[in-house]
Amino acid sequence: MSHLRNDLRQRAEELVALYPRKRSAMLPLLHLAQEQDGWLTNEGIAEVAELTDTTPADVRGTASFYEMFHLEPVGKYMVSVCTNIACLLQGGEEMLEHASTSLGCPVGSTSDDGLFTLEEAECLADCNIAPCIQVNHRYVRTTTPETFDALVAELRDGKRDHDIPAHGTLIRVRRSGGLRASKSDVATERADAKAARAKRDEENK
Amino acid sequence: MTDVKSTVTISVNGRSVEAAPGELLIEAAERAGSYIPRFCYHPRMEPVGMCRMCLVEVDGPRGPTLQPACYIKVNDGMNVVTDSEKVKKAQDGVLEFLLANHPLDCPVCDKGGECPLQDQTLSHGSGETRFIEEKRHFVKPVEIGELVLLDRERCIQCARCTRFSSDVAGDTEIAFAGRGDQIEVATSPTKPFDSVFSGNTVQICPVGALTAKPYRFTARPWDLEQAESTCTTCAVGCRVAVQSSGNRLTRLLGVDSEPVNHGWLCDKGRFTLDSIDGHGEAIDPLNAETRIREPLVRDGDVLRPASWGEALERAATILKDAASSPNGVGAIGGAALTNEGAFAWERFVRQVLGSDHVDAQFGDGLDGGLLQALPKATIDEAANARVVMTLTGDLREELPVLFLRLRENFVQRHNNLIEFSFGPSGLRPVAAVTMPVRPGEAHVVAKALTTNDARVAKESTVTDAQLDEARALLGESGEGVVFIVGRPNFAESAVVMETAIRTLAERFTGAKFLPALRRGNVMGALDMGLGPRLRPGHGYDASCEGRDTLAQLEAMRSGEQTAVLLLGGGLLGNVLDPDAAVTALETAKVVVVTGHGGRTLAHADVVLPAVVQHERHGTVTNIEGRVTNVTPKISSPGSAWNDVAIAAELAEQYGQSLGLDSVELCAKVIEETTGYPALSVMNDLSDEGAVVSRVKERIERRALDPMAFPGIKSTNTVGLAEFSGALVGGPVTTGAPRAVATLEGVAAGRGVEVGHYDAYGLALHVSRRLYDHGIAVQGSPALANLVARTTALINHFDLDRLGLVTGDVVQVNAPKGPLSLQVAMSDETPRGTIGVVFGSLDEEGHDGTTSALYDPTSVIMQMKLETK
Amino acid sequence: MATLDAPKIVMARADYDDSYTLTRYLETGGYLGLRKALSMFPEAVAGEVDAASLLGRGGAGFPAGRKWSMLRKSPISYLVVNGDESEPATFKDHYLVERDPHQLVEGVIIAAYALQVSQAFIYLRGEFALGLERVQQALNDAYEYGALGNKIFDSDFSLDIVVHPGAGAYICGEETALIEGLEGKRGFPRIKPPFFPAVTGLYGEPTVVNNVETMSNLPWIVMNGGAAFAALGGGRSAGTRLFALAGTVKRPGVYEIEMVKNTFRDLIYDPALGGGITKDRAIKAFIPGGVSAPWFGPDLLDLPLGQDEVAEKGSMLGSGSVVVFDETSCVVRAAWRITKFFSRESCGQCTPCREGSGWIERAMYRIEHGGGRMEDLDLLLDLCDNISPGLAWPPQQTTICVLGPSIPSSVNSAISMFRDEFAQHVNEGGCPFD
Repeated sequence: MSHLRNDLRQRAEELVALYPRKRSAMLPLLHLAQEQDGWLTNEGIAEVAELTDTTPADVRGTASFYEMFHLEPVGKYMVSVCTNIACLLQGGEEMLEHASTSLGCPVGSTSDDGLFTLEEAECLADCNIAPCIQVNHRYVRTTTPETFDALVAELRDGKRDHDIPAHGTLIRVRRSGGLRASKSDVATERADAKAARAKRDEENK
Repeated sequence: MTDVKSTVTISVNGRSVEAAPGELLIEAAERAGSYIPRFCYHPRMEPVGMCRMCLVEVDGPRGPTLQPACYIKVNDGMNVVTDSEKVKKAQDGVLEFLLANHPLDCPVCDKGGECPLQDQTLSHGSGETRFIEEKRHFVKPVEIGELVLLDRERCIQCARCTRFSSDVAGDTEIAFAGRGDQIEVATSPTKPFDSVFSGNTVQICPVGALTAKPYRFTARPWDLEQAESTCTTCAVGCRVAVQSSGNRLTRLLGVDSEPVNHGWLCDKGRFTLDSIDGHGEAIDPLNAETRIREPLVRDGDVLRPASWGEALERAATILKDAASSPNGVGAIGGAALTNEGAFAWERFVRQVLGSDHVDAQFGDGLDGGLLQALPKATIDEAANARVVMTLTGDLREELPVLFLRLRENFVQRHNNLIEFSFGPSGLRPVAAVTMPVRPGEAHVVAKALTTNDARVAKESTVTDAQLDEARALLGESGEGVVFIVGRPNFAESAVVMETAIRTLAERFTGAKFLPALRRGNVMGALDMGLGPRLRPGHGYDASCEGRDTLAQLEAMRSGEQTAVLLLGGGLLGNVLDPDAAVTALETAKVVVVTGHGGRTLAHADVVLPAVVQHERHGTVTNIEGRVTNVTPKISSPGSAWNDVAIAAELAEQYGQSLGLDSVELCAKVIEETTGYPALSVMNDLSDEGAVVSRVKERIERRALDPMAFPGIKSTNTVGLAEFSGALVGGPVTTGAPRAVATLEGVAAGRGVEVGHYDAYGLALHVSRRLYDHGIAVQGSPALANLVARTTALINHFDLDRLGLVTGDVVQVNAPKGPLSLQVAMSDETPRGTIGVVFGSLDEEGHDGTTSALYDPTSVIMQMKLETK
Repeated sequence: MATLDAPKIVMARADYDDSYTLTRYLETGGYLGLRKALSMFPEAVAGEVDAASLLGRGGAGFPAGRKWSMLRKSPISYLVVNGDESEPATFKDHYLVERDPHQLVEGVIIAAYALQVSQAFIYLRGEFALGLERVQQALNDAYEYGALGNKIFDSDFSLDIVVHPGAGAYICGEETALIEGLEGKRGFPRIKPPFFPAVTGLYGEPTVVNNVETMSNLPWIVMNGGAAFAALGGGRSAGTRLFALAGTVKRPGVYEIEMVKNTFRDLIYDPALGGGITKDRAIKAFIPGGVSAPWFGPDLLDLPLGQDEVAEKGSMLGSGSVVVFDETSCVVRAAWRITKFFSRESCGQCTPCREGSGWIERAMYRIEHGGGRMEDLDLLLDLCDNISPGLAWPPQQTTICVLGPSIPSSVNSAISMFRDEFAQHVNEGGCPFD
């Protein structure tokens, strides 16, 4: 009885199969669990533990290392405002304060309607458009209080659903293609190529 | 180019030091007398270099740089400085950083007085703090499991507990969460810290972050006295420091014994102390928490206190009357005795009572003769073997520290494990080959392994591929292979496992065997002759017709045996069919020698109080045949005697002398008459004991690092002692010549007829758990509520076939009538099997399940389920 | 004046809106480098990279060719691309993965061929949602186009590439921590030795870890030859390089310019580049290579943009990010914010980093907000010294990885260069710039 929906469970199993060792799929699987639940529930964590042959304590401990994983519920929109050095110099702190007022929630909390969670972010690597803001890890490139408020209005009205999916959904492009050859075939291919080069080296001598 | 040096030379503070290539600098320097301070480094775990306390200056291409000594390996010519100003500043800096957020609650901290952080601060710290910021705060303390509490403010993030959990125990129930200065040790909210090894994390915690509930606030370290001894809760033989305050046992800590436990203990061994002295209040002799303080004799329905004289006389009369008729008397038990106690009682029963009916096992072990005949492996050999094959129950539950030693072999050294898998097993995740074996099939699978083409029966759960893989690993002669052999299933006649073991031993002549019998000193008791055909000092008499425990109980029920001497009070908590045992005890007269109360005493006519572990002097023998000493730390309550004295005094009632006036004398007699190293081990506390029948190997005791296992006090018997160098001869060098068991000899007349499998039934598998219905757990409130409830484990294949799901309650048509059980899916249970835990409690708190299921007339027990 | 006549090597498609599509990529010479590489022996491809003297663009600046040749003795198991760009004010890899993912993919395939590796992973920063999608799409396209997968372009070389999303941890940019993340663990940097993943990398096997920008250079290098690349730049700093310019400048952005031939002044002031300081204010200081680097004053504006040139002056070119402070910027606040970043991002393993960063951050906060004491300055420097003994550059360290010695850079620079400003904070009981 899987906690993940059928389609996500299938993707989870595909992810595990991509890696030489199951545990390597940990981060992608945690993203997947968040895609379903918006945050990491005990059930989601248990399923990731099962998929990776680890324990819930191990999965939880691993997830808690990474800022993007949330062990408590968060809003539909995670609003991340950078205040790191480049943005600090361009009014990042003021923008964060404005966002807090505008969304009606203190930094690090979720608005009463459950729609927005506001966080103070470290550098988001878009420093030429500072202060930098992401919503659900999509750059929104609003640098003034006015454009920020306009964005919030759009989000409330569902006008950004096409480019900003609900929190948790990270990569909407599914992997297609991939190496169909078995690992042993590849190993043979490598060995053959190596032998051919060795032979050529021998001849060159 | 082939000049591979066996040692390298490094310079430590200008002094030349020899070291092994690849040795860690911290170890090499310490041996050379330069102790480098450390917190996270632990000699029994992989270094992580987290605390940075061990920074020293090492010369390199860029000149001397600060390097952590705990993971830098020595190189020839390495120049190391551990005492420069630069080193001192770096180490002082680390200490200051560690203290920055550390709470100032030493006066109320359990660790105060034995805390490495406190000690280092007192000896190195500046005395005043430069830290004026607000300290980090966490809710404290958090109860993370039944036995352990966590105070995150005190934690210094050394990763010892988390490394132990993930790397040593392999259960990862605690792990780091968060990062940076918000990093903390955490459990999952859905899974408490209930590892059977949880106490080890408390012991190795270098601060008071992890504390043990049973010990918490019970004593101050400076009030504790300590003696080194051996834990006899199971048969691994872990070395322990037994600590007491006054005459009260307070704590058991693991001592780092190189050949045995590496400092680790299981929670059952560690936390059953209160079954010994924690409950002086209980007085009901039928209660396992009660200590028997004075002799008791039965007057009608009550056991009343009596003088030793009266009790001995009553006991002697009972036994004498019974002994007057053939097969009228016998003795059961003895696995909880010391070797000396076992020897004395063996002498009493055979020489004074003239009976050969002695058995230290309860029908759940293996034939003592077979065990003698097998070429033995040590724990170390098993922990380093190229291939290990287990024919046992779940070793994590049965012999926990052996599980740790073995696991290390597969995880660290990548050697291979082949499992005969009878049910859930803690080693499963690290096994190279897992063969699901149904009840009554082990000998068939073993037979198949000994030939190159034979297949197990078509319907078997073992596949051809598994057999092939196992054969390939075992090799032609089994050289480098250790078989670990036990009784994985008590609902299966012992003859199945014994046949399997013999088959493997005859075929793989290069292999060695390690017995996995679990009860405290069962190996010592067998070595002392407490078995039907056994004789003291590894002797064997094939012609002897002594009866084992089950045969004696049957003889009691039939009226042939009219009295029994119980050596220990745990019979009813240990036999598979306690109902039948009760009938036997009600029919016969019963003399019990025990230090603990328990329900078996309901059937006693005389109870003679004996001292128990940590109250007595002597030697014990572990599964590998290692003889070590046990030491009294406290005096027993009331007027209990040592078993040697009780046996001798009881013999006096017959006007006979056992010639064993003291434990020391008993040990001397054992050694003189059999060559068994009882006296030499008892007298020489400087080494790791001696393995019976082997040339004594030089095992230097590791110097005791108070950082490695904080809390153990340096005593003469712990660490730094010189090795005596004496050799113990091969098998039985002194005393009268005697026969020894051979594989052919023990096989005589023992065939296996399993009969056919009922396609609609499920074969019963009864396994052991660590927390069971034995006296140690039941007498310890700290552990008693950890006993599992009864659930029947069934493979999903069978569940589907029966239309059942986890949680369903089914009716089992058992030999003694219907029984209701809740089922749960377990794919570790082989198909066609129903797994039940021995001694687990039903919904009403009774442990009678296996009694109802038990059928002694059959090699295996098959039953049908009905959905309710 | 800046020297801007060098070819655009990794930003050639900067002017196209659809630069990330396979169509545009193919129209602009895409995958020709790979075709050429496949016609060469793997060693010859590696030889071109060696000849290019391409220094790794991740921050440490280790020669990519040498990194590969170190491994020649034993076969490499895995190629891992480090796209976990998180160094504050560094945003060049962000540009490359979002705007030119095929160039990255082609570079990875070329590198994998040179190293004869059949499994590669691209570890991308989790916050790059769009970048992750673009790279995944590029991989899908490449598989379909035949540039990836079985028998690439009908050669006997096959390769699988997996995109691995990070999840928000700066430390995973450290290559051993990145490998831990790829193994599904907490991003704890591994203890050294072994110093290089080449010895013990992913799953304990020999692994090459290279930066996104490093990989993105490979198609051009193979097409044009290593010598052509090496002819650009100067000294050990060959080729062009992406510089991310941020802070109080008129035109912050990513610029690809020749190394050494240009100076910091060119980058900051040239109208085609930074265009000067915001509102034409005076420059107060700048960070030459990411917030881990010690700061420079205006006196070093004419220093060439070269790895060795910057190192000689006691700092580093690092991740190629230059942050400019003008005369109105508060250096106490800047240094505090950078320390706060390191404190948040410390993995928590090493005591000096874990406890030291938090302590320093709280003390700096106190000074900025009016609770400072003059003795705090020496205390701060001593704490810094306990994390990085000697406070020199390149630094000594008491920690497993270089995050530790990165903490003191800003604090030490700020106190050493602007002690008066700290005194003003203490004396005035708060920030004079507020």
